[in-house]
Amino acid sequence: MLVEIIVSLFLLIGAAFALIGSWGLVHLPDFYMRLHGPTKATTLGVGGMIVGSVIFFSTQGEGISLHELLITLFLFITAPVSAHMLAKAALHLQLERVEKTRDVARKNTSGPCGK
Amino acid sequence: MKHQRWLPHPHLSILLLIIWLLLVNSVAPGQIVLGVVIAILVPIYTNDFWTDPPARLRLLPLLRYAGVVLGDIVVANVQVAILILGPAKRLRPAFIHYPLELESEFAITLLASTISLTPGTVSADVDADGRGLLIHALDVDDDEALLRHIRERYERPLKEIFEC
Amino acid sequence: MLSLAIEAAFAMMSLALLFNLWRVVRGPDLPDRILALDTMYINTIALIVLYGVHEQSGFYFEAALLIAVMGFVGTVAVVKYLLRGDIVE
Repeated sequence: MLVEIIVSLFLLIGAAFALIGSWGLVHLPDFYMRLHGPTKATTLGVGGMIVGSVIFFSTQGEGISLHELLITLFLFITAPVSAHMLAKAALHLQLERVEKTRDVARKNTSGPCGK
Repeated sequence: MKHQRWLPHPHLSILLLIIWLLLVNSVAPGQIVLGVVIAILVPIYTNDFWTDPPARLRLLPLLRYAGVVLGDIVVANVQVAILILGPAKRLRPAFIHYPLELESEFAITLLASTISLTPGTVSADVDADGRGLLIHALDVDDDEALLRHIRERYERPLKEIFEC
Repeated sequence: MLSLAIEAAFAMMSLALLFNLWRVVRGPDLPDRILALDTMYINTIALIVLYGVHEQSGFYFEAALLIAVMGFVGTVAVVKYLLRGDIVE
């Protein structure tokens, strides 16, 4: 019973983070800000689900089941990479950013920061 | 072809063995043998693709760093979730240039990934000369404090792990 | 208890996927759409893991892992195309 509650909690936390991340994708005003939602909240959302799944399958009496952790590990490695590449592409295409975005790139080299 | 060695990337080999055992979800002797074979063969055949491995790597600080980052990921996620749920008008986004102290490419990659995963920041670009990162922050109040935070909490430990 | 939580989680994930779909349709720029698709596959992984728990079957793990790998490769390929206008250089 206790296990059920813990698993439920992790599943719900995971789903909540995924939902919040996706909501950020909808309502934040510019691309660079939207980038934050998926890279962080959604990744942790999957993480929460997977912890729930690990606990669930490990308590089914068939030994410990850890292979789900590979997915989290993989996402933790790839999410920053795809976020970085997307940001780079957005800078390359000079996507609009909200007015108030401050640009504190001190070394004003050529390229997007010197815009 | 780089200089051939029996175990060109010992750390990669250990990681591969662990990943293999996780993938098959078993620690049966047969799987361990198969995992060891893979852990030896894959680094040899992919040797050409790897940049030079970091000269040194301290395991204990690395584990401590992983623990700190994992904890920070959870904290940062809660923060970002609160920011997202709040009104978007209140956010103060900014592009910030972060001058790097690290020199090893691998360490810089790790730092950039950490930055993307942890506080309300995403690393957006690396300077052409590799001496700085361009960071986008979702809500920043004091740039200097953010830079100091990254420097103290992430870059210094990475320096300790990979460089002298 | 658990089945109720799973159903609630299903509902939340479906809503999350709808949000992503809205961003895919709405755009306004290509990176936005790619980002939305990227989020979508990550949410799908969560959904499949959830379904595995629902069905009490470990077989769904492989599917989730495959989507994780393929989704990442896909995102990188498309972004690369945006950056260079050419995938195979």
